[in-house]
Amino acid sequence: MALIFPILLPFFVGLTAIIYKRSNFILYTISIISALLNLIFITYILHKVVYSGPQVVFIGDWPAPFGISLVADRLSALMMFVIGFISLTLLPYFKVDLGQKKSHRLYYVLIHFLMAASYGVILTGDLFNLYVWLEVILVSSVGLMSLEGGKQNIQGSLKYLILNIISTLVILLAVAFLYGNTGTLNMADLHTKVSLLPVSTSLIIAGLFLFGFAIKAALFPVNSWLPASYPTLPSAIVAFFAMLQTKVVIYIFLRVYTLIFVLDSLGLQPLLFLLAGFTMVMGVLGATSRESIKEILSFHIISQIGYMIMGLTIYTPLAIAGAILFMFHNMIVKTNLFLIGGILERKYGTDSLLKLGNGYRVLPWLSILFIISAFSLAGFPPLSGFWGKFVLVKESFRTENVLIAVISLIVSIFTLYSMTKIWAGAFLKSSENKRVYKLSQMERLEYYLPVGILAFIAISVCIAMEPLIILLTKTAQDLLNPQAYVRAVMGGA
Amino acid sequence: MEILWCSVVGILFGISIYLMLERHLLRVVFGLILLSNSVNLSLFICGRLTRANPPLIPSNMNIPLSNSANSLPQALVLTAIVISFGFILFTLSIAYRFYKANQTADIYRVQEATQEEEKS
Repeated sequence: MALIFPILLPFFVGLTAIIYKRSNFILYTISIISALLNLIFITYILHKVVYSGPQVVFIGDWPAPFGISLVADRLSALMMFVIGFISLTLLPYFKVDLGQKKSHRLYYVLIHFLMAASYGVILTGDLFNLYVWLEVILVSSVGLMSLEGGKQNIQGSLKYLILNIISTLVILLAVAFLYGNTGTLNMADLHTKVSLLPVSTSLIIAGLFLFGFAIKAALFPVNSWLPASYPTLPSAIVAFFAMLQTKVVIYIFLRVYTLIFVLDSLGLQPLLFLLAGFTMVMGVLGATSRESIKEILSFHIISQIGYMIMGLTIYTPLAIAGAILFMFHNMIVKTNLFLIGGILERKYGTDSLLKLGNGYRVLPWLSILFIISAFSLAGFPPLSGFWGKFVLVKESFRTENVLIAVISLIVSIFTLYSMTKIWAGAFLKSSENKRVYKLSQMERLEYYLPVGILAFIAISVCIAMEPLIILLTKTAQDLLNPQAYVRAVMGGA
Repeated sequence: MEILWCSVVGILFGISIYLMLERHLLRVVFGLILLSNSVNLSLFICGRLTRANPPLIPSNMNIPLSNSANSLPQALVLTAIVISFGFILFTLSIAYRFYKANQTADIYRVQEATQEEEKS
């Protein structure tokens, strides 16, 4: 039963934030308590999953292929754990960064709905239900994007909205075709039934899914919504999106292309390698040509999606483990970089590198935190970014996909270049720019606590790297041989 | 029967894609409406169109009659219709705000205006 709580708790906090309008303090307390409780529930689920296999809940007690089932295996439990942990650490930042906005209560409502929907996407074992959760994610994201109501915000959220409506409609079309061909929408049931379809049929359906998910994950030819909408958002929200939006779609990629469609039997791999390579290169080239912190980081999100798709496409246990590790690293470090950019923006009133400066002299601690996260993003050992990239590159050399390995290494150099660009522009250079806002003691604590915790994780994760990689390799083996998952959902048959 | 409806869906798809490539925002939204309708229709057709009994269980039996219609696609289509209806409203309201902010709903003209703003 514990599987329902991660979805219900944030949902109820969102509802409370709508109804109860009297005190902000109680709203903050409720959100922190619920995030803590949620993390405890998720840890419990993770414990159960690791020690006794996948957990299933049948909604309304309808047995597997007929009703909706919620399933947690290692990947979904780990993913929920990372999301739950980061959103707990982000709460003080939300308070201080969104507190001065007029509609900050609505931000809280939508943030919690977005969280509930992401847990729904991660837990669901039914394709149509997945579509419904994706729509909930979409509507709460557009809500968060357009709350500010400025000209740029509306333009960005319109681009996001139109491209993503097309993507969800294409996903729905693929769901319809899959239902028409197999007569079931349960993912575990589909695992056996899709393998009986002719390859051409499943190739068409898999291609439609690929198009739909590619828009949501911001893969190369259809990524224009991301750099258009992200830089216009408040820093706390863009950090939250960087952790959640595209990464949840990568989770769906990992799920759909291992459980429902077996990737190496379809012949989609060359196409996916091409998309991954172009996504990496185009993202990082976009980043090197920009002059503001949020824009550079938004383009980096695109570039790093390419690495995760590359890990999925190589399709060996270790490569998928590397992709998952890289995704978790990215959720932590990219969020942290956006948070640091947000602190600079609050203090100096801008995030343009042309106007910022003096950071190292005025804010030495912040610049150390920045350098940790930036080097981790570029992949310096022993920081968290190194390990994921190392595993990915090693596996791609071992499976003789040399070209993609070389591309990913070159892209790392450009990543480092654009990080040093931020370092030089915002921290080393001297400038005339005056501080526009002085933080109080309390605000400084609320701003720096999440940044400090996330940077600490980026350093200290190297100590636990070996058990982590073993756990992730087991996760990837579960993905590639989903018999345990299917048995848990469908019963003995 | 299915072939007829499949070609209807195909024509609707064609029109919706044509509309979405237009430069006026309202036509793009119309394209989205048509696209969602054609997807819903194809979802409905995927449950097979047959002359069957309604999927109701007679009072003296425990299971529906053997030759009854598939009710699941209808449930899926109803859900999808409600969701897309909500979305169209949301898109229209955002498009209205876009029009208000830029005084035009022509996407090219908005782009030209922003480029000129950046130059100056």
